[in-house]
Parts: sequence; structure tokens; C-alpha cells
Amino acid sequence: MVHFIQTLLSGLSLGSIYALIALGYTMVYGIAKMLNFAHGDVIMIGAYAGIVIVAQLGMPPVAAIVLSVVICALLGMLIEYLAYKPLRQAPPLSVLITAIGVSYFLQNIALLIFGSQQKAYPTLFEVPDFTVGGVVVDGGTVLTLCTSAIIMVVLTFFINKTKLGKAMRAVSEDKAASALMGISVNRAITLTFAIGSALAAFASIFYGITYVYIKPTTGAMPGIKAFTAAVFGGIGSIPGAMLGGILLGMIEQFSKTYISTLWADAIVFGVLVLVLVVKPTGLLGRKISEKV
Amino acid sequence: MSEILKVSDLHVYYGSIHAVKGVSFEVHEGEVVTLIGANGAGKSTVLNTISGLLHPKTGSVSFDGHDLKGIAAHNIVRRGLAQVPEGRHVFLHMTVEENLEMGAFTQPNSTIESGIADVYERFPRLKERHKQVAGTLSGGEQQMLAMGRALMSRPKLLMLDEPSMGLAPLLVEQIFGIIRELHQSGTTILLVEQNAAAALSVADRGYVLETGRIVTSGTGAELLASPAIKKAYLGG
Repeated sequence: MVHFIQTLLSGLSLGSIYALIALGYTMVYGIAKMLNFAHGDVIMIGAYAGIVIVAQLGMPPVAAIVLSVVICALLGMLIEYLAYKPLRQAPPLSVLITAIGVSYFLQNIALLIFGSQQKAYPTLFEVPDFTVGGVVVDGGTVLTLCTSAIIMVVLTFFINKTKLGKAMRAVSEDKAASALMGISVNRAITLTFAIGSALAAFASIFYGITYVYIKPTTGAMPGIKAFTAAVFGGIGSIPGAMLGGILLGMIEQFSKTYISTLWADAIVFGVLVLVLVVKPTGLLGRKISEKV
Repeated sequence: MSEILKVSDLHVYYGSIHAVKGVSFEVHEGEVVTLIGANGAGKSTVLNTISGLLHPKTGSVSFDGHDLKGIAAHNIVRRGLAQVPEGRHVFLHMTVEENLEMGAFTQPNSTIESGIADVYERFPRLKERHKQVAGTLSGGEQQMLAMGRALMSRPKLLMLDEPSMGLAPLLVEQIFGIIRELHQSGTTILLVEQNAAAALSVADRGYVLETGRIVTSGTGAELLASPAIKKAYLGG
């Protein structure tokens, strides 16, 4: 039972990291109709930013959090402006190839600057473990879980209740109609990249706290898993990305604990295949046909 | 009456296809002007060029005394030109109320509530369904929503692209009734229609578009009475 609760908590925490990353994939897909495969590498850059800020510049942990969010948001906007914006009218395949190119570019930039040896992510805060009813609970896990939950609540509020958030939804649904409302489609897309990348920065912090060691390819695996989570939940759907991320983290953690560490990834991707066979739009993916 | 919209010698291409070939017309304040013509005559292309979604190769569009050349679509709305696009294009996943709020995107927040109240007064059906997602509305209700949404920007000129498209005759009548009401309350309207009879009956003036050119123009009554128009567009 103790084992079960610990697995559940770490599964939820891993899942919320996936969810944060998956949100970036799904929001960008929703508004720009493209798969931003460089998204995982934004996490890696965020993690290195944290290392430089705390370990090399000696700034306080709070600065690491704030600055890595700012750096990732700016990086996301820059990638969109330089790499994707010129391709707004291009065929989807060109955009996809470009995204993969950006991904390798970022990895190699990191390799050039930081070398291939892994670096340790600084301890931003000491969160003591605590015991609830005989179960030892990891403090970092709970912190990740709670912070992610707050971020997701704030994001949901922003998207559903604010004028800008609604405008982003409008653009993701119909660009021409949005322009006719006076909404700048380009600005909405830029904002989406900024928000998605800021969420990736939070993911980089939690990833650094949980896994500690960072190398240039660090973003690849969580990136691809979060992409899987986004498809699992229904790509383009914000609650879908949250649900998909959490479920994926839980499946992975439970497989690791109760089946086999080696098989965990195979099981995760196997479940994805199964879901897509049964429900091709993902768990919360939707399709409304146009009425005439 | 002063001129609010002046289109001069407009040429628009889709790639190598010359869709609009030198169209000129004007709309005066308070008027309802209609562009009629068959499918593919270039009517929607003209509207989309005026609203900035398409760009002309040559020719000019002047609105409220200013040339619109090079101004992005989302900034043209701010100048008081609203378009109800062909096929309505309401935001299907958003509620009726959210759609109206988007219509008021360019307006100060303090005026949105009274704008929505005005739209509900004109379209009571929308008020009944204000929490409903637009995708669940009927075609006629979606058309009302698209019109209400455009009115939220308090336009000086309202452009309607095929508002009767795909609607049952009873609903078409209702939509044209609303156009008449809007006209009476002083709204300036540019109406594009395939349903020539209905369009000419509400219009002060009309232009007939054929394969990218204006072939005839006149008052609504004149065009309705013209034998050539009758033969080509009014079914005998």
C-alpha cells in the first residue's frame, strides 16, 4: 500500500511535467496547425539557463525561476519569428522539417557551449520529505504536483475567461474570421509560442529538480513523450493535454514499479497506439461538423 | 449624402487567375447597396479585398476618406468596416456570448455589455441561447449571430456576404427583414447576394457583376424591372 501511494504520487508528478510540456505542443498545434518538434529542446535550454544562473552567476534560486521562464518565452517567440513565420503559407511538410532542423540546431548549440558531459542542475530549494500516515512522501514530488496544478488552473482561467485568451481560441478556430474581428493573427500566434515556452521553462525546473543531470539531448525524450501525451489526450485540446500528460506519467510510473523498468516506455507507447486505434481523435479530441 | 466607400478600378488575382477585372463603385452613407451576380462572378473577392483579406493587384479602395492600401485586415475593422463572411464563419466552439465579445474585440471593455444588450434586443433568439456553443445553433441562428457579431464593432459600414446562403425561404425572409430594419436605423450596408430578387428589393442601388466586371447598375427598382436582369437572375 505504501508502495502504491508513493508510485501514485511520483506518477502524478511525472505526469504533471509531461502535461506542462504537452500544453505547449497542443496550444501551438491548435493555433498554428504545426507540430513544433523543437519544443522539447526549449526545456533543455531552460535547464541550462537554470544551471548558468545559479551555479555560474551565483544568483538566487528565485532569479533562476523567473529568468528561465523569461528566456524560454523569448526563445519560443524568436524561433517562431525566424523559423516558422516565413513558412506561414508553406506546405505542412516544410514546416515539420524546419521544426526538426530547429531542434537539432538547439541541441548542437548547447553541445558547443556546454559540451557533451552532463551537468548537475542546482538545488533550487530544499524541500524536506515528510511522513503522512506512515508513508514517506518526497517533498519535491509534492511541490511539482502542486505548482503544476496552480499553473494549469491559471492557464485554464486565462484561455477561457480573458479577452486575450478567448482571442487565441478564436484564432485557433478560424484565422480569417478572427482577422475580421480585429484580432491580429500574428500577435496571437506569437503569444501562444511565448506561453507554451514559458510552460516548458517550468517543466525544465521540475525536470532539473527530479532528474538533476542535464545534457544537450535532455529535451528529446520528455519532448517526444509529452507530444505523445498531447496526441493521447487529443491534440489541439488543452484539457486533453493535461489529462494525457497525467495519464501518461501514471502509466509510465506504474509500469516501472509493478512490471519492468525496461518495458515502461514500450507500454506507454503501446497504450497510445491502442487509444488511437479506438479513438483516432484522442481522448478529448473533438470534431464538430459545420452546419449549412 | 457623403461617400463612405469608393472602389476604383479594382483588379484582383488568385495566382494567375484574373478574378476581378476593373471593378468600380461607391457606397454613400445610409445606403443599402447590393452587388449581385452568379456564382464565381467575383462578388466575394471584391468584399474580401475591401476588408483586407485579399490584396488588389491594382486599383484602390478608399473608406471614410482614407486609402486602405497596405492596411492589414485586423486594422481595417478598427476604422469601422465590418464584414459578415460568406458561410457565416462563427466560432463554432465558442458560446454565443463569447462570439459577440470577439466581435467587440476592437471596442473598449466598458461598452461591450451595452453592445451585447443591443444585439440581444435585435436578435432575441440569441439571448435565449447566449450560453450555447455556436456549433449547436441552426443555420439561421448562426447567420443572426454572425450579423450580431459584426454589429458589435459598431461599424460605419456593414458588409454582408451571401447572408441568405443555404437558408430555408422563411429564414431568408427573416434575414432580409433584419437588413431592412438595420437600414431604417441608419446602418450603411453593402450586400452581396446570389438571391437577386431579395437583394434588389431591399437595396437603394445595385450593381450587376459578371465574370469580374460590372455590367449594369441602377437603383434597386430599376434593376428589378429590367428585362435583361429578369431573364438572367430572376428566373424569367
